[in-house]
Amino acid sequence: MTEMTKIVKTLANILFPFTVIFGLYIIAHGHLTPGGGFQGGAVVASGCALLLVAYGSRWVFTRIKEKRLAAFESIGAIAFITVALLGIVFSMMFFGNFLAGSNLLFGTTPATGSTLADFNTGGVLPLMNFAVGVKVIAGLFVIVLIMAYASSAKEWGS
Amino acid sequence: MEKRVIAGALALTIVAVFFAFSIFLLHPFGDPGEVQMDDHIIVNTQNETGTNNGVTSIVFDYRGFDTLGEATILFSAVAGVIMIFRRVKE
Amino acid sequence: MIEYIPYIAVVCMIFIGLYAAMFRRNLIKMVIGITIIESGVNLFLITLGYREGGVAPIYTSLPPGTTYPEQMVLPVPQALTLTSIVIGVAVLALMLSLVMHIYRKYGTLDVQKIRRLKE
Repeated sequence: MTEMTKIVKTLANILFPFTVIFGLYIIAHGHLTPGGGFQGGAVVASGCALLLVAYGSRWVFTRIKEKRLAAFESIGAIAFITVALLGIVFSMMFFGNFLAGSNLLFGTTPATGSTLADFNTGGVLPLMNFAVGVKVIAGLFVIVLIMAYASSAKEWGS
Repeated sequence: MEKRVIAGALALTIVAVFFAFSIFLLHPFGDPGEVQMDDHIIVNTQNETGTNNGVTSIVFDYRGFDTLGEATILFSAVAGVIMIFRRVKE
Repeated sequence: MIEYIPYIAVVCMIFIGLYAAMFRRNLIKMVIGITIIESGVNLFLITLGYREGGVAPIYTSLPPGTTYPEQMVLPVPQALTLTSIVIGVAVLALMLSLVMHIYRKYGTLDVQKIRRLKE
């Protein structure tokens, strides 16, 4: 894909940080408001696709190799499985919630009924939200980047 | 008309008759009756998992094994797309 | 009869998707038909779990005076629909990659012409 004019590039430069901050807010507050890892990851990936359309896929492909993005996705998956396996070590259950009720990182328990939002609650859930969010961002960005690059190549060597 | 159009229309008509009979056997919209698992989850979310969000506590704590399978599907989709376009690098 | 209208809408969506996947010759239209079937099934999963006059199952700042298991919507079908949407995205990505390969090799997207070129 070729690149677009200067007006489109300037507007994409302005809109990209707001989209990333909004997506990271949805990922981080997954245990208090509707949202979570999958939804916030889709929002950030759509912001990255905006940059890809504005700057052309050839220029972006020379800067970001897809091997590094695939490594990011594997890091997210390994973090998710590590948090799940730590539940066996500490509380004898696969996917056990060993941080809820204790006074470690995310430990306090909210009062029953309608409460105000307290970020310190949640147990092991915010860590899993971050791992799944990184995995979804890297996975969707790799899919869009490779399909955009392959549709503009002149001839496919095979 | 060709033969395949007549055969396709006959198959779709039979499926439509089956669907029309089985709509009226479901529970009416807005009245699910007696649900015990969802009532237990709604009442006990805040002191067992410690979050305020009922849907996220189901996705990651009560049914976390399904989320593990979904992460595997995302990984296999990315691996399949990279493998299909491997010879294009020029 | 009026309380079965969402189920009739689901059946209409599945039939539109089946018609597009069976009776059209362009490959992209078949892919769009399969995606419409997927959206109809997601809608069916969500309409199974509705309670009359209920609020969302989230405890942060509830409207005052709601009693909890009788006036909250069931949360389990919403969790299953999240997984189903992600599976639909993965299947769509792989289908479109295969359609791109077919177009490069044969030069056309018509299904009946691709069937007759044997090489």
